[in-house]
Amino acid sequence: MVKASKAKSLLDKLGRLDALRASDTFPRRHIGPTDEDIESMLATLGVSSLDALMDATIPESIRLRTAIDIPEPRGEHELVRDLRRLAERNRVFRSFLGMGYYDCITPPVIQRNVLENPGWYTQYTPYQSEIAQGRLEALLNFQTVVADLTGLPLANASLLDEATAAAEAMSMCLAIHGAKGAQPKTFFVSQDCHPQTIAVLETRARPLGIRVRVGSPQEDAVDDPDLFGVLLQSPSTDGAVRDLSDVIARAHAAGSTVVVATDLLALTLFRPPGEHGADIAVGSTQRFGASLGFGGPHAAFLATREEHARRMPGRMVGVSQDAEGRLAYRLALQTREQHIRRDRATSNICTAQVLPAILASMYAVYHGPEGLITIARRVHGLTATLARGLQRLMLDVGGESFFDTLKVRLPKDRAEEVHGDALHRQMNLRRFADGSVGISLDETTTADDVKALLEVFSGSAPLSFTVEDLADEIDLDPPAALARTSPLLSHPVFQRYHSEHELLRYMSRLQARDLSLTTSMIPLGSCTMKLNATTEMTPITWPGFAALHPFAPSDQAEGYHELFGQLEKWLGEITGLRGVSLQPNAGSQGEYAGLLVIHAYHQSRGQGERDVCLIPVSAHGTNPASAVMAGFRVVPVACDAQGNVDIDDLEAKAAEQHDSLGALMITYPSTHGVFEEGVQRICEIVHAHGGQVYMDGANMNAQVGLTRPSDMGADVCHLNLHKTFCIPHGGGGPGMGPICVAEHLAPFLPGHPLSAVGGEKAIGPVSEAPYGSPSILPISWAYIALMGAKGLTKATQVAILNANYMAKRLERHYRILYTGKNGRVAHEFILDGRPFKKSAGIEVEDIAKRLMDYGFHAPTVSWPVAGTLMIEPTESESKSELDRYCDALISIREEIRDIEEGRADRENNVLKNAPHTAQAVTADVWDRPYSREQAAFPAPWVREHKFWASVARIDNAYGDRHLMCSCPPKEDYKS
Amino acid sequence: MYPDDRRYSKEHEWIKMEGDRGTVGITDFAQRQLGDVVYVELPELGAKFKAGEVFGTIESVKAVSDLFCPVGGEVVEVNQDVVSSPEQVNKDPHGKSWLMVIRVDGATELGKLLTASQYQEFIEKEGSD
Repeated sequence: MVKASKAKSLLDKLGRLDALRASDTFPRRHIGPTDEDIESMLATLGVSSLDALMDATIPESIRLRTAIDIPEPRGEHELVRDLRRLAERNRVFRSFLGMGYYDCITPPVIQRNVLENPGWYTQYTPYQSEIAQGRLEALLNFQTVVADLTGLPLANASLLDEATAAAEAMSMCLAIHGAKGAQPKTFFVSQDCHPQTIAVLETRARPLGIRVRVGSPQEDAVDDPDLFGVLLQSPSTDGAVRDLSDVIARAHAAGSTVVVATDLLALTLFRPPGEHGADIAVGSTQRFGASLGFGGPHAAFLATREEHARRMPGRMVGVSQDAEGRLAYRLALQTREQHIRRDRATSNICTAQVLPAILASMYAVYHGPEGLITIARRVHGLTATLARGLQRLMLDVGGESFFDTLKVRLPKDRAEEVHGDALHRQMNLRRFADGSVGISLDETTTADDVKALLEVFSGSAPLSFTVEDLADEIDLDPPAALARTSPLLSHPVFQRYHSEHELLRYMSRLQARDLSLTTSMIPLGSCTMKLNATTEMTPITWPGFAALHPFAPSDQAEGYHELFGQLEKWLGEITGLRGVSLQPNAGSQGEYAGLLVIHAYHQSRGQGERDVCLIPVSAHGTNPASAVMAGFRVVPVACDAQGNVDIDDLEAKAAEQHDSLGALMITYPSTHGVFEEGVQRICEIVHAHGGQVYMDGANMNAQVGLTRPSDMGADVCHLNLHKTFCIPHGGGGPGMGPICVAEHLAPFLPGHPLSAVGGEKAIGPVSEAPYGSPSILPISWAYIALMGAKGLTKATQVAILNANYMAKRLERHYRILYTGKNGRVAHEFILDGRPFKKSAGIEVEDIAKRLMDYGFHAPTVSWPVAGTLMIEPTESESKSELDRYCDALISIREEIRDIEEGRADRENNVLKNAPHTAQAVTADVWDRPYSREQAAFPAPWVREHKFWASVARIDNAYGDRHLMCSCPPKEDYKS
Repeated sequence: MYPDDRRYSKEHEWIKMEGDRGTVGITDFAQRQLGDVVYVELPELGAKFKAGEVFGTIESVKAVSDLFCPVGGEVVEVNQDVVSSPEQVNKDPHGKSWLMVIRVDGATELGKLLTASQYQEFIEKEGSD
């Protein structure tokens, strides 16, 4: 009795303690279905519990039976408080460091209504272009800005950072030469490029067999016939702006292709690279409204001449027309890209930097050409004022023309005093290796800053002049010989939206054309479009995270380093692979970095000849593209009829390559949405033949808390933080692709020339900034901290439940292509649309477009199997949303049956003509064999809230045949 | 469907001989598999290829494919009309939309190619739509 009453009082006490815990718990907000929903969904599946479903889905041999070691979950309010403490531990000094990163002003109207707006940050990549016209227009504006400012007609819609953009340009140069049959393998890099650009190029060059020769383009031979390409930079890293025409002409005469790294703000005043004769221009658009973020995310650009269109890396927006003859945008020339061309793609880039690119494009729209020139003249004028003042102080600032950066030659001991004094005043100046001091000014610099800088350089002596005195002596414009004479941004879009109201409405109009997670679920397979919670997103614009320069002294970034340390520990715990690098900026970069690490490991053991990478044919196209970039030869492995890796074929290929097997790349659960039983056996075979196992973490959302890559035998895996760990997709980036590696590989994790990061035998940097895009890492940190071990595990269970529930509801209407041994799918599944081609003349694309009429975004179309749809609902979707999506698909199946059974026309039907625009269904003339109501309001919920596609079906072929990748002339706009 | 006046490769190219000149194109099956052709890249005059070597590429909206030279030879003519209006390939792949003419090295390789009926049988096995 006594015992029992003691137990009861303990229970009461626990109950009271529970009641006193934070009430704003997060897992129930993140996970869509309630506990009652979960019960009823399990009943639909005929399973007794979530655990029983997991047991039937995941092979027992790889199950993790202990809880992962993650701190107890915090409430949302408590978490924000903890994050604020971390942010406060970062000390924000005035940055004059430059090196490709400049402070700038994000116009608040853009910050709040784009960057902080889920209507802009939760969309998927615009593959379904009819419901993505808003951001496609914004990206076309971005391309127009880049093309206009660089003087090169064709620009892409963003790369990951300036250094990797330079590396992509190097690969382009090599491809251009390959096409001419020429074989030179040396790439000349001007020594006045940013040091991190040179380091990233060297990393990228090595596995491709390219020699990088760093030198002075003025003194060394750029007309050496051994060269296939030349990279110059203007303004240079030390600030000089030079006429490059002569160097470029000499390089051209010897057959080289010339790349110029440049700065868009400078190009509003200075003659653009295209007019100097450059073939390719690269750079960052960071200072067009994106905060420093300790390194990112920022959108880089690449522009070139039209003849190189098919060698362009990354995504490019082009103009086409829709079925009603209206102007419409969509992604152009997709056949260049990894998802189609695999190991022969122009690049492995996939996720890019769409959201930062949209910020940059809106910045240009808001300021217009005059506004940008005003900003640039001010920056140039302040720099000229500073230069004049430094000269008055008898200091040597060189005689070159400059835009915003000065290099002050000082004796070393004097330089140390200057740095000390500057730090004392909370200002960071750049240290050059030769003791010179670098100063870069920007949009945020004031006359007071210039005064403070001059005081730092004058030491104890008071200034004998004022900044106002100096201002009288300077010229705001660059010297005539270097000045820009060609017009810029003459398209009307850069004139119309300079008042805040006009811009607000323009952005709002564009946003309304795009379907985002604020409208409905976006169940893209292998993309994990889960909730991006407001609390997780809040910190990214706090100055404590947003305003740090990536090369600021590390004692100013203690908050960041604590956050990195915890996040690395948690990701290591979740994957079981304890060595973590946060540097890769996207999944593709993670793959590339991971494979380089594997190569470095083999080489350290004297087995550098292990250069074969086995890749199942079901793998995502990025895998083979990354393997080629990392210097591997791709050998495909077959899949069996169930979609699993054909183990016999794998065994044969591994044995055949016994002495040269470097790695296997495998996705788990498989890209076919199944927990393959044989995964451990597969890893054993590869290890037995001396290879390492690379796991593509795209499907990590089906593993967290239930199994780990290390338990299966993987040596490396990358994590797409923008999938499993809640960084929003941003309409195609930013993403993050950190890698987790086993202990024996940790010494090789990527380093950086300007930061103490990476292993003791580090490979070179794979990204421009040491920690990739730090300002979005608080999102993933927050997600893990809010969920705790239990919450994360439940999220995985519900992700698997949601997929199995949808598959169950749909299996009577569509064939489910692959399942595991107990008939269960993983966190995603494939619907077969192929039979309808014969039975009704319906392609899977027609189903995708018809879903738009129901207010939905299509699942992944025709990947990994052509003619199918792959659905990944994620744990964040409620049962009612899953039911609505199933109802839509079932209703579409009935519409197909109407065609099959002759009640609807094979050519002229609701699917073939989808999506239906408001204009079409309200037009005076309606001559279709079905009703307007059937066309536009096929389901009850559409009456409550109708999302209209802003254009009808887009003609992709037309656009690819008539390539146009900047804003169309104004007569094409119908207002 | 497939004319008897020429030979076919398993990579879906055809070659029609007149003297030592062979006109090369892609088959109707190939153009249907590709869908709307948007771009054709053809070699320069005077380029030489061995049998099975890639002489160009052809792109549709969804796919890109190499063009394989069915027999060895030197390029003596290319069809610029196809380069400027690639959609022609979908309309008349066996006629006006030939891709190039080569001066064939030796006739022996021709014998290894398929006849029209053999090719028909081959694509039926590969699974036509």
